[in-house]
Amino acid sequence: MKLDGKVPPGPLAEKWTTYQSTVPLVAPNNKRRLEIIVVGSGLAGAAAAASLGELGYNVKCFTYHDSPRRAHSIAAQGGINAAKNYSNDGDSVYRLFYDTIKGGDYRSREANVHRLAEVSTNIIDQAVAQGVPFAREYGGLLENRSFGGVQVSRTFYAKGQTGQQLLIGAYQALSRQIARGSVEMYNRHEMMDIVTIDGKARGIIARNLVTGEIERHGAHAVLLCTGGYGNVFYLSTNAMNCNATAAWRAVRRGALMANPCFTQIHPTCIPQSGDYQSKLTLMSESLRNDGRVWVPKKKEDAKAIQEGRKKGTDIPEEDRDYFLERRYPAFGNLVPRDVASRAAKVACDEGLGVAPTGLAVFLDFSAAIERYGRSEAHLKGMHNADAATIRQLGEKVIEDKYGNLFEMYEKITGENPYKLPMKIYPAVHYTMGGVWVDYNLETNIPGLFVLGEANFSDHGANRLGASALMQGLADGYFVAPYTVGNFLSGEIRTPKIDPNAPEFMKTAEEVQERLSKLMNIKGNQSVESFHRRLGKIMWDHCGMARNAEDLQKGRQLIRELREEYYKDLFVPGDLNEFNPELEKAHRVADFLELGELMMLDAFNRNESCGGHFREEYQDEKGEAKRNDKDYAYVAAWEWTDTSKDPILHKEELVFENVELKTRSYE
Amino acid sequence: MKLTLKIWRQKNAQAKGKFETYTVEANEHMSFLEMLDVLNEELVNQKKEPVAFEHDCREGICGACSLVINGQPHGPMNGTTTCQVHMRHYKDGDTIVIEPYRAKAFPVMKDLVVDRSAFDRIIQAGGFISVNTGQAQDANAIPVDHDVASSAFDAATCIGCGACVAACPNASAMLFTSAKVAHLNMLPQGKVEAQQRVLNMVKQMDIEGFGRCSNITACEAECPKGISVTNIARMNREYLGASLGSEKTA
Ligand SMILES: Cc1cc2nc3c(=O)[nH]c(=O)nc-3n(C[C@H](O)[C@H](O)[C@H](O)COP(=O)(O)OP(=O)(O)OC[C@H]3O[C@@H](n4cnc5c(N)ncnc54)[C@H](O)[C@@H]3O)c2cc1C
Ligand code: SF4
Ligand code: FES
Repeated sequence: MKLDGKVPPGPLAEKWTTYQSTVPLVAPNNKRRLEIIVVGSGLAGAAAAASLGELGYNVKCFTYHDSPRRAHSIAAQGGINAAKNYSNDGDSVYRLFYDTIKGGDYRSREANVHRLAEVSTNIIDQAVAQGVPFAREYGGLLENRSFGGVQVSRTFYAKGQTGQQLLIGAYQALSRQIARGSVEMYNRHEMMDIVTIDGKARGIIARNLVTGEIERHGAHAVLLCTGGYGNVFYLSTNAMNCNATAAWRAVRRGALMANPCFTQIHPTCIPQSGDYQSKLTLMSESLRNDGRVWVPKKKEDAKAIQEGRKKGTDIPEEDRDYFLERRYPAFGNLVPRDVASRAAKVACDEGLGVAPTGLAVFLDFSAAIERYGRSEAHLKGMHNADAATIRQLGEKVIEDKYGNLFEMYEKITGENPYKLPMKIYPAVHYTMGGVWVDYNLETNIPGLFVLGEANFSDHGANRLGASALMQGLADGYFVAPYTVGNFLSGEIRTPKIDPNAPEFMKTAEEVQERLSKLMNIKGNQSVESFHRRLGKIMWDHCGMARNAEDLQKGRQLIRELREEYYKDLFVPGDLNEFNPELEKAHRVADFLELGELMMLDAFNRNESCGGHFREEYQDEKGEAKRNDKDYAYVAAWEWTDTSKDPILHKEELVFENVELKTRSYE
Repeated sequence: MKLTLKIWRQKNAQAKGKFETYTVEANEHMSFLEMLDVLNEELVNQKKEPVAFEHDCREGICGACSLVINGQPHGPMNGTTTCQVHMRHYKDGDTIVIEPYRAKAFPVMKDLVVDRSAFDRIIQAGGFISVNTGQAQDANAIPVDHDVASSAFDAATCIGCGACVAACPNASAMLFTSAKVAHLNMLPQGKVEAQQRVLNMVKQMDIEGFGRCSNITACEAECPKGISVTNIARMNREYLGASLGSEKTA
């Protein structure tokens, strides 16, 4: 199979505008006859469904949630990037493009990333027009802040609830189309499979989660906007229900899974405290604008803190190691996530961790509180303010910026982060890998598109902060309406897709069989227990640092676990009812296959790049060693059969506009 | 700590439900939902059906979790969703009663899961600004006063959880609806449709079978996001103004 990225010709900066002005169109009378299925109602799905509905297509939108507003995008905290250059600090479309390519360690497609940077500015305009209440300055104009891996302030935000506000904006646009009748919404419906007819995607099989009924839905095109697969690790910052089923089922029907081993481990999460835990909580990257990361210099101090004999505040300044500032002076605490996470792991591996488990570092706001306090006092003309007053004023500024995050931290840990430094540790957060798509966001199955976190397209081997919201909305609002139209312009003679066609009946039957099989194992172990074990295998063998031996062992362990799953799983309840355990069982079955592919992909990639760190490939200072000669390609895997090895297809990455360099943040 | 749980069990929307009693061993570091996870895993291990409850983000933002805990929606603490309640607020030997929300407009679907789709339909009736993708002007073209933006944001932080309805003796949805009206009507972008919006949303609220507001303010007390009842007063004023002052009708 030859992979064609379908990148349009012409200079980089003109590709997208040329595409837009030359793409074949669909006339309004034809739009009314064409049907589109959108699976997912997060930023990507809600934006796509609303925009396509506005254009006049017949859209059906599916989500397993009880309402489109609950999609996992709601939980995004820190912000969204856009090349507006409102801060007048030298930002531009090119710089956002360049930062994203470099941040991704040169493993993404130039043309897609440039388009993303171009439309980023439209997203902010659109959101503001919808009533998204971004933070503003006193003059009434929009405010910006900084995120990791860049030296400009281009991040728009709404306190620590940026994802919520953007999703509500998209949800409201979607609601307007639902009211108009252009979008039909299917809540509490889970997509179980894709239906292809003559090689094209023509619909889906969905399970009504309330009644258990298996439904067949036809359409001229299908868009998967189903989010990431971080929950393959069991513990992650993703919402509990996030899963890979939609993407994985597409792969089982012939789509390709690209770079599945590229997972992002986020440096600032609340450390795990017990085995009963089923999810971890993120502390937004925006905190690294003001928080300083450190561990004690001396092991005895670290030990005393681990055993509760000392607190962070007991360690004098000269005995602290601000290791990010020391190792990466140019970017300091704002290095990209992969770099920050690895540095925290190195510190903890050396025995300098600060939680009872030894797995945590400090994120300290005292310097920022002091700095802001002084400046506030100065503004208020209080020239002799005492330390307590300064602290109080400074805490107020921090509260305005991050209040809800500090509150969330205190609720979970029972510690007050205004007084004591936060304890944080890296956790699985985001998946850069995903279904392979070309420039049109279309998979190798014609008519099947993948948007948002579910595709692999824009972030290479590491995503920069505040870029996922940007990508989801770019794909949904501004890219898919053109590229899906491009595909549909060739479908205007295709009659309505008949959901009673034999292909639908057959796929529905297969779904039914898969579910019955899970119900009928009638073993002794819960889905949850299997998922937990899978997560541990993934974290231990395919986590922050990987090596060939562990990866091979991990792959074997997953195979064994999968075998055990089909022998000893127990799913209570019935097929034809509201059955959350059955839902989970079906999702975990898919994770058990995807996890194995991730191990294989990580094993195949004999280099360290971005979030993929292979211990065998590092320099004397412990920095990642990339291998552009042999691995500057997208690894797109074709699934064959669980008993056979998947087939690797390579899309060579061509860099015509940026020079491949060693990523340095020193 | 050992706890006794009295939990509402109901097979489906048609079935009659009843309380069942369980005991569970928890510790103070667990969250409330993690404690229910422990119970559920035990039930599954005993080949019994686990308790169905809704949850997703477990960070207090998606609005999926609900539950009435010892008579209070989202449990004992102010400004906190059920998923953010921690067991350090309970002690060994406590009995905890766990029920679904009770409101005509939120029918029970199974155990502790209720149908809150009425909220979606209220938003569909007018909780949006009519702007198509691509129609927007530059984001900084209209300055918005810092405090207006900040009040609009406060109203917009509603998570659509429905605790306000569950807390209200009349099962009124005024707090939820008024928060959306306030968010949009306050902003310059939302002013064009302000009158129509309030008329349509209030009408839909009535159609869904939510009760009238009699100023008890239990909603505000139980709202995990601190949405203020001043939004209700504001909406009442706007509603009156819109019904009297314009030719528009809902
Ligand atoms: C805690 C946290 C904080 C974050 N903060 C930021 C941030 O500050 N800035 C940033 O840029 N990014 C952030 N991210 C990342 C970002 O939020 C996500 O990558 C992005 O929101 C994903 O959007 P999406 O539309 O692709 O998918 P999602 O929002 O995950 O939506 C997926 C949708 O698909 C549906 N779905 C999935 N499978 C099926 C199926 N089989 N059948 C039916 N429906 C299905 C779901 O119901 C849901 O509606 C954060 C992520 C996390 C975890
Ligand atoms: S107003 Fe408060 S209680 Fe009511 S739905 Fe919104 S967040 Fe929940
Ligand atoms: S689970 Fe999301 S708010 Fe509680």
